[in-house]
Amino acid sequence: MSITREKLVDAYTTMVKIRTFEEHAAQLFAEGKIPGFVHLYVGEEAVAAGVCATLRDSDYITSTHRGHGHLISKGGDVKRMMAELFGKRTGYCKGKGGSMHIADMNLGIMGANGIVGGGPPLAVGAGFACKYLGRDDVAVCFFGDGAANQGTTHEGMNLASCWKLPVVFVNENNCYGISCSVDRATCVTDIADKAAAFDMPAVTVDGNDLMAVYEAASEAVERARRGAGPTLIECKTYRQRGHFEGDPAEYRSPEEVAEWKAKDPIPRLEKKLLEMGVLTEARIQEIRAGVLAEVEEAVRFAEESPLPDPSEVTEDVYA
Amino acid sequence: MATMTFADALNDAHRIEMRRDPNVFVVGEDVGIYGGIFGVTKGLLEEFGEMRVRDTPITESAFVGCAVGAAAAGLRPVAELMFVDFVGVCLDQLYNQGAKMRYMFGGKAQIPMVLRASCGAGIGAAAQHSQCLEAWFMHVPGLKVVMPSTPADAKGLLISAIRDNNPVVFLEHKILYATEGEVPEGEYTVPLGKADVKRKGEDVTVVATAAMVPKALAAADALAAEGISVEVLDPRTLLPLDEEAILASVKKTHRLVVVHEAVKFAGPGGEIAAMVAEKAFDYLDAPILRVAAPFSPVPFSPPLEQAFIPSEERISQAVREVVGA
Repeated sequence: MSITREKLVDAYTTMVKIRTFEEHAAQLFAEGKIPGFVHLYVGEEAVAAGVCATLRDSDYITSTHRGHGHLISKGGDVKRMMAELFGKRTGYCKGKGGSMHIADMNLGIMGANGIVGGGPPLAVGAGFACKYLGRDDVAVCFFGDGAANQGTTHEGMNLASCWKLPVVFVNENNCYGISCSVDRATCVTDIADKAAAFDMPAVTVDGNDLMAVYEAASEAVERARRGAGPTLIECKTYRQRGHFEGDPAEYRSPEEVAEWKAKDPIPRLEKKLLEMGVLTEARIQEIRAGVLAEVEEAVRFAEESPLPDPSEVTEDVYA
Repeated sequence: MATMTFADALNDAHRIEMRRDPNVFVVGEDVGIYGGIFGVTKGLLEEFGEMRVRDTPITESAFVGCAVGAAAAGLRPVAELMFVDFVGVCLDQLYNQGAKMRYMFGGKAQIPMVLRASCGAGIGAAAQHSQCLEAWFMHVPGLKVVMPSTPADAKGLLISAIRDNNPVVFLEHKILYATEGEVPEGEYTVPLGKADVKRKGEDVTVVATAAMVPKALAAADALAAEGISVEVLDPRTLLPLDEEAILASVKKTHRLVVVHEAVKFAGPGGEIAAMVAEKAFDYLDAPILRVAAPFSPVPFSPPLEQAFIPSEERISQAVREVVGA
C-alpha cells in the first residue's frame, strides 16, 4: 500500500519530533536534570514513525527500553513524557516509571519495558484480547536485535502463530545489544529468518527508509486485521548514540558510525519529499520550528512541574 | 450446601465466573482437552468452547505473559501453572510485568488476572514438582497471594480472586485436591485478606496454611485430650496478610506457633513471627516457634519426603513447648 502525501508529512513531522525530543533529552541528561538511565532512539526514527503511521489509537504497542520514539509515534504527549523523564508528578507515570516505563493505556501504549524480551508475550496477550473480543485491532511488538534471541520472543512468536493472532512483530535491528554486535549474537544474517520456525511470513526492510517500513507494516497490519495471523518485520537500522547516555560506545569504529550517519533516515526522507514536491524548504522550516516550540514547551513544563511528594511512594501498588 | 472435593469446588468457581462474565477465560497447559492435570478445569472446554478454554504449548512465559497482556487489554484471565515449581521459567512476566505495570505506569493500568498453581509435597513428585514457594510471591509488591485449605475456601477465594482487579497468585496444595467438604452453592465468595479461625482455643494460637491446616486441627484434637486448648487460624490470604486477626488471637492466647510446608528459613512464618513480635511483643508469654520444612530441596523417597513435611507430631511438640507442658 503506498502512503498518502498527508501521511508522509505526518510521518516526517513525527520523525523530526522524535529527533528533537531525544536531542533535548541528551542535553538535559548531560546537565544532570534527568536522573537514571536514558536510552535514545536517534537514527531509528523511521521504524517507529513508519509502523505507527499504519495504526489507530485503539491498536496496541509494546515498546522497549529505547521507547521514546514508539511513544511519540503512537501519539504520546511530549509534555507528559518529558515530565516523566524528569521524575515529576505531572509525568505520564507520576514519576514512578521514568524513561523505561512510560505508558498510555488510552492510546494502547502498553509501556516501554526495562526487560529485554519483556514485551512479546504481552503483545500476544493484547492481540489475543482483540481476537477474543471480536475487535479488528492489532498489537505491534517492537523489539530489538538483542531481544531477538530471548526465549520470550520465540515463545511469543510461536503462540501468536499457532493461534493466528493479530500481532505484528517489528524487529529493530540496530546492530548492537549494548556492546554485543548482532553478528556475535546470532548466526543468521537476517533476523527475519527466525520466523521460518513459526511458519510466519517475514520480511527484511531498510529501517532507515520510511516508505519501505510503512509499506511492510501496512501489509502486515492489514493481514493481522483480517485475521490471517502475525508477521515479522525486520528493520535494519542503527543506534547513532551509545546504548545509554554516557556510554562511550568504544566497541564500534568511528568509520562505522560515520557510514550509518550518512544513511540518517531524516535527511533521506527530507530529500525525497522535496524531490516529490510533497514538501518545500519553507514548509520544512515551518515543521521544524513547530516541533522545536513543542519540545521546548515540554521541557519548560517538565522543569516547572512539582516533584512527587514522598508520601506517594506506596500509592498505585494495587487497584 | 453440597459435599464436594477441593478440585471440584475450584471447578465450580470457574464455571460460575465464566457464566457470569464473558471476559473470564482459562489458559494453560492441558487445561482443555485433558481437563487440567489435577482435573480442576474438567468439562470447561465442553461448556465454554475453545476461545475461552485455551490449551497452550509448553511455553509458560508465553501463556503467563499472554494472560498479563490480555488483562491489561480488558480481559480477566485465569492462567493455570501446572506446578508452581515452573514459575522459574516465566517469572519475569509475573513479577516484573504483571505485578509492576500498575505502579510503573502511575496507577493507569489494571491487571485483573489469576495465576493458579499446584504446590506442595506428599505424592513423591520430588524436588521440581513439590515446592511451596509462597514466600517468593509474598515478597513482590503488586501481587496478592492466596492459599486455601478447605473446599469451601477454595471456591469462595477463587471467585474473589477472579473478581479482583490485581494479579493474584492462587496456590493449591496438591494433597488437598481430593479432600471433601461442605461447599456453599452459587456465587459464594470469601474476601481476600481475611483469615479464618478454624478452631477456637485459649492457650496457644497455631497459624497454619494449606495442607498444614488439617494437620494442625488433628494436633489440636489430640492436645485437647492433654488439656491444652489450641486455636487454629488459617490466614487463607498471605498477601495481604490479615494482621488484625492474627494479633487478636495472639493477644487472647499469648502464645504463637506458625506452621507451613515451605522451608523455614525466610519462609512466610518469619514474616508472621516478626509482625507479631513488632506489634504484640508484650502479650507474648513464650517465644514464637515455627514448624516448617528443613532447608533442603524436596526429596523423592517416601521416608525422606515424610521427614521433610512437617508432621502432626512436630506441631504437637511445638505447642507443648510454648505452653510449657
